[in-house]
Amino acid sequence: MAAHPRPLSPHLTVWRWGPGMAVSILHRITGGGLTVVGLAVLTWWLIAIAGGAETYATFSKAANHPLGLVVLIGLTWAFFQHLLSGIRHLVMDTGAAFELGTNKRFALLTIVGSVVLTAALWAYVLGDRA
Amino acid sequence: MSAGESSTPLAKVAGLGSAREGGEHWLTERATSIALLLLGVWLVASLLLLPALDQKTLVEWLRGASGAVPMALLIVVGFLHGLQGLKVVVDDYVHDEGNRFALNTLLLFLAVGGGSLALFALARIAFGAAA
Repeated sequence: MAAHPRPLSPHLTVWRWGPGMAVSILHRITGGGLTVVGLAVLTWWLIAIAGGAETYATFSKAANHPLGLVVLIGLTWAFFQHLLSGIRHLVMDTGAAFELGTNKRFALLTIVGSVVLTAALWAYVLGDRA
Repeated sequence: MSAGESSTPLAKVAGLGSAREGGEHWLTERATSIALLLLGVWLVASLLLLPALDQKTLVEWLRGASGAVPMALLIVVGFLHGLQGLKVVVDDYVHDEGNRFALNTLLLFLAVGGGSLALFALARIAFGAAA
């Protein structure tokens, strides 16, 4: 009987993508990114501050490099996305917001909210500098 | 939190499901997430409100209790929450028991090591060893 592999239940590939599914996987991706990249940058930043003005200049140079800015803007977006979808999780933990329409709107709100907050924050930071 | 109809009264009180463990992980993950909501907003707001982001200004900020204490909390709670989150991902996707144990142990070491490094750097700043 071992000739035929057991049937597997359909996974990610068969479902039509919706906001709820997207936010669910985004929560994992942004959480992973914040943990691995975000905590590494935070630790490096603190070590650089502790090391004195010259050590800090190295960090500052990397942070202001175009690639550094991409990482920082990416972390900002991941922070806001994870924060907003985290709030959504806490609300859903109480048993609320499972109705189809509400659930979908709440999911969309986290995606729009994270992009708007990231854009506003960096427009302020980069506009201030210019 | 409901532990389900089939659980014993003791299990309901202890918040334990059929897996016998995990309730504490789940609850701690929620508690740390609420703490990080506050600490994360504190960090972003602080960075935006500081007059400048040069080394001297940052040292002054992290020498005061209003800077150093939330930063210490952010490090401890941040590394704990990150470890708990990555454990969920490992538990979901790594099915071999040996590999799962090895990966979770590695993550534990990295989180404790990284968190200690960050705390040590903060202590150097806060207690004045930094220039």
